Amino acid sequence: MDVMVEAVNLKKTYNGFTAVEDVSLQVKRGEIYGFLGPNGAGKTTTINMLIGMSRITQGKVFYDGKDHTKNIKAAQSLIGVVADESNLYDEMSGWENLCFCGGLYGLSGSIRKSRATELMELFGLSEVSSKKFKAYSRGMKRKLTIAAAIIHKPQILFLDEPTTGIDVVSVLQIRELIKRLNKEGSTIFLTTHYIEDAEKLCNRVAFINNGKLIREDTVSGLVESISEASIIDIVIEKKSFDLKFLLNRIKEEFLVEDCVINDDRIRIITGEKFDISPLVAFLSSHDIFIFEAKLIKPTLEDAFVKVTGMDIANLKKEKEKR
Amino acid sequence: MKSLTAFKVILIKDMKNYYLKPPNISWGIIFPFAWMLMMFLRSNNGFNIHEVFPGIIAMTILFGTTSMLAVTITFERKSRSFERLLIAPISLELLILAKISGAIMFGMLNSIIPILISNLYFKAVIVNWIMLTISIIFISIVSTLLGLTIAVSAKQVFEAQTYSNFFRFPMIFLCGLFIPILSLPVILRPLSYILPITYGVDLLRYSISGNNFMPAVLSFALMIIFSGLLFYYSIYNIRKKWIT
Repeated sequence: MDVMVEAVNLKKTYNGFTAVEDVSLQVKRGEIYGFLGPNGAGKTTTINMLIGMSRITQGKVFYDGKDHTKNIKAAQSLIGVVADESNLYDEMSGWENLCFCGGLYGLSGSIRKSRATELMELFGLSEVSSKKFKAYSRGMKRKLTIAAAIIHKPQILFLDEPTTGIDVVSVLQIRELIKRLNKEGSTIFLTTHYIEDAEKLCNRVAFINNGKLIREDTVSGLVESISEASIIDIVIEKKSFDLKFLLNRIKEEFLVEDCVINDDRIRIITGEKFDISPLVAFLSSHDIFIFEAKLIKPTLEDAFVKVTGMDIANLKKEKEKR
Repeated sequence: MKSLTAFKVILIKDMKNYYLKPPNISWGIIFPFAWMLMMFLRSNNGFNIHEVFPGIIAMTILFGTTSMLAVTITFERKSRSFERLLIAPISLELLILAKISGAIMFGMLNSIIPILISNLYFKAVIVNWIMLTISIIFISIVSTLLGLTIAVSAKQVFEAQTYSNFFRFPMIFLCGLFIPILSLPVILRPLSYILPITYGVDLLRYSISGNNFMPAVLSFALMIIFSGLLFYYSIYNIRKKWIT
């Protein structure tokens, strides 16, 4: 697979604050590359540098092997971008929005009209094509925003949080669309905080935190990197307790590598075989009722937690608040 | 060719979405009409149309273009649809030209109303129609570029409106619209000469009554220089502020 986009030692500073530092990555032609990280990790800043919305402080950007660092504009016809918010024109219909976007990329009148009709159909929006964009549901808006980004058949599509803030059915539809676009040959660069998106869609995933790329591998590679670890998933009674205290006590007393507590779940990662009975006794002694405890296979989420030390539930909550 | 298509779609989209909306068309009719009526009533039915005509045309264009462009660009920035334009494969200069073209045309169209009223009702005689047309084009360009400069400085729509008024109202008194520059206190006159509209108004006077106080060529040259400066200053600021 040849490389579609390459970033070499990208750095971005704003008034002395380093938002992205030394990020190097390669997105291969035809793959779905996932970029996973918490809020403020540097995902959008990295994308903005790659698409020309942000000046590069240091480093290089290559598209199709050509150095575009000084002139990303010249590569913009190869790029399709879906921002983290649906940013089409409220007063225009869905179909008009698509035609307008086609025109921005120089498509002639007849081509952009037929392409707009074709995309409305592909995205299941034909029935609402003449409705104004502002009347669309959030899911429809998201789909139309993706359609607008691919109207000119870009070689690479940047998707920034494509499934955030939309209903479950739309999430599933958008995932299917992404898969379909990829099957048809589109290279996709996807940022998400949904581990599930990354796990289900991406060929390779990079974890980014505090502006630095921490780990990059295939989904299976990332999971395998912690396959020697034991992961114990404990389902507990949902009630309020001193989370910090409990977390520290578990880490101290049982010498586990990592421990994450969500509403009704405790997930423990250890490097070796782990006897669960003392932990059960410990939890019971703190009036925590245990429904279930099981040893599970590591997932991408576990790899993410282990590598970044981030709590997935908090990560989701943080995003949903936006 | 591709850039031309992009230019065309941006211009058509702006005309349809903003400038040709009924509220804006009616505003373009009511504004000059109201000013003419005010002048007419204030002067006890005896005003000199040739004296107020250039002022009303210039104000109609100035108010129309600056508000519309400043507000529409700020609005698109806020809804993030402007980002879509910034990542399109067209140069920033062409993109901005497309954005301002709609406002320039809007300004020119707005000037038709006072011309019609002055010509048909007040029987104003225009000395040089060609010069009048060229003057209107230049005033529209300069006013639109002032609106662009404001748009680049504002983050919110209300800020754009406030900044616009901050520039426009002093301009009414300083650029010879209704008070001749030579009648202004000496201390204020330098301010008049740094306002591009001053030269536009003088060109209008030249074309309407031949009563200008500066050579027309000089006024044209200065308006071209002001336009260039405002355009490139805005481009510089967009690169600096919006492509961070």
